[in-house]
Amino acid sequence: MPKEEGLLRVEDLTVHYTTLIGDVKAAEDVFFILKEGQTLGLAGESGCGKTTTGLAILRLLPPNGKIVGGKVIFEGKDLTKIDHETFRREIRWKKISMIFQGAMNSLHPTKTVGDQIAEAIVIHENIDKKEALERAGKLLDLVGVGAERLDRYPHELSGGMKQRSVIAMALACNPRLIIADEPTTALDVIVQAQVMKVIKELQEKLKLSMIIISHDLSLIAETSSQVAIMYAGKIVEYGDVAAVYKESLHPYTEKLIGAFPSILGPKKELSTIHGFPPDLINPPPGCRFHPRCPYAKEKCKKETPVLKNIGKNHYVACHLY
Amino acid sequence: MKQLELEEAEIKIDKDAHIISLGLKKYFPIKLGFFRSLFTKEIPYVRAVDGVSFYIKRGEIFGLVGESGCGKTTTGRLLLRLIEPTSGKIYFNGIDLLALTEDKLRKMRKKMQIIFQDPYESLNPRMSIYDILAEPIEIQGLTESAEETLEKVKNALEDMDLVPPEQFLFRFPHEISGGQRQRVAIARAFIVNPEFIVADEPVSMLDASIRTEVLKLMLEMVKKVKVTFLFITHDIALARYMCSRIAVMYLGKIVEMGDVEKIIHDPAHPYTEALIAAVPVPDPTARRAEVVIKGEVPSPINPPPGCRFHPRCPYAKERCKKEEPQLVEISKGRYVACHFPIK
Repeated sequence: MPKEEGLLRVEDLTVHYTTLIGDVKAAEDVFFILKEGQTLGLAGESGCGKTTTGLAILRLLPPNGKIVGGKVIFEGKDLTKIDHETFRREIRWKKISMIFQGAMNSLHPTKTVGDQIAEAIVIHENIDKKEALERAGKLLDLVGVGAERLDRYPHELSGGMKQRSVIAMALACNPRLIIADEPTTALDVIVQAQVMKVIKELQEKLKLSMIIISHDLSLIAETSSQVAIMYAGKIVEYGDVAAVYKESLHPYTEKLIGAFPSILGPKKELSTIHGFPPDLINPPPGCRFHPRCPYAKEKCKKETPVLKNIGKNHYVACHLY
Repeated sequence: MKQLELEEAEIKIDKDAHIISLGLKKYFPIKLGFFRSLFTKEIPYVRAVDGVSFYIKRGEIFGLVGESGCGKTTTGRLLLRLIEPTSGKIYFNGIDLLALTEDKLRKMRKKMQIIFQDPYESLNPRMSIYDILAEPIEIQGLTESAEETLEKVKNALEDMDLVPPEQFLFRFPHEISGGQRQRVAIARAFIVNPEFIVADEPVSMLDASIRTEVLKLMLEMVKKVKVTFLFITHDIALARYMCSRIAVMYLGKIVEMGDVEKIIHDPAHPYTEALIAAVPVPDPTARRAEVVIKGEVPSPINPPPGCRFHPRCPYAKERCKKEEPQLVEISKGRYVACHFPIK
């Protein structure tokens, strides 16, 4: 494992959810480093633990979710050790903010967009409402909604506008890190492309550090500098986007990338992965991918592979390497 | 099929056409409150589908592509007469579907099936997989005995790679995964040996790793039983993988229609061009054209006059604001509804 710290260093983070029929091992030994000004894509299918990882960093897990191990080191401090009240006041939204999945539908219906953004600023910073509204206006300009829409209600805005307002809200307190959970999933392709363009412009203009969580590998390819591919609660491959996509090592990554039809180039056969993702209450022993892996050997059924460094900033958890 | 009608149609109908839709329209009235209804003379309508003409050849996979609200799902349902059109014609095997009585329509139904988007809602939670698959066979009276029905159900499960079938027969939908459910829904559509299937976003609820197998099983089945297939999707990259011909819809109208590869390599309508440019690709090194169109789809209650795409079109001219473009053939089998198609 690399020693460097970066802006955020997630080390062996393990999260379990308690249920009546046993613990769901939603994320196990998650490891990644995010450097200042870079964007990390957390990719994987439903139930792979990507959202859980995001929520654990922000300490927003539901009541039955618990961080059972590992560290989240941010600005040199372990976030898992900070008490809730300090976390709420000092870290959440002020230092790390989040764009939630389907956030555009979670805007308060009877409050104007401006008020909702200003509220976040007033709570965390020592300024009055007028100033906060002014800043909210500037933020709306920045994301392409326009300051003139400050006093609009959510129902007066289109889906794309709402999603941009939510992005503005995440930027409200000048956070050092933004976690975006499926930021464009509910949008149509063209609007999605427009919102992605806004995100890319912000990345350049504000030198944002981001974690983008998505099931859509195409989307991550276009926005991230690094990517971590998750499967069944574990990171199977991690590294620079170009390396992971072009020279994928893990059989799962390779198949997953091949499963997305492309609009460019000649028509290609899509790759298939036989079977279904495992139940995380009783995950398979050894490598969690082995029941679906075409290259699985005896060793894969018994020994759990760890993330190994293969070449420059490229890690893989697979016995083949 | 009345020869006259087909000759008057805006598109040339292939002689091999199995399903034909001519000028199909569906307007949904908007319910007004008591007071507004007193002062409103005309009831406003949502023009979900506004004059759609196309044909599907026998045994081909035809794609309807478009964003949410473009009318693609409504078109699919109209073709099966699950909802009644406001106007227009539908021919199935040369038979005017809209002229059929309830009774005759029911007999036709076994030839037409639908696969819905969400397998969590389309399967009855109180029925076992066996019951779900046996019900259509029994209703249509396709088998003579219980053994024969069981055999048919087992074969259908095997066709969908749900093996061994005995393991699935007496399970309930909540006991199997989403991907398996969708396979059951697909098996249910194929089990009555239909001639025509409408698949409405059949894989949009499935994860990437599960999706491809379902797509491949569908392709195999279409080939095996030679069914005519309408594939409705918002994802033009997926349509490319599945279909031979597609129609791109925008605000209730077809803007472009033809061979899928030709449309993707050189789109003629500015909307199609934008739609293709907007699709993200799973390749970090690919250089992409930028999406130039602004804004979002306007309301289908008061669609813009002239070309419906003109307020967002980067190439719009005066003429586009006034005159509505008709679907015209620009090369063999390729139709575009645009005053200034991209060359």
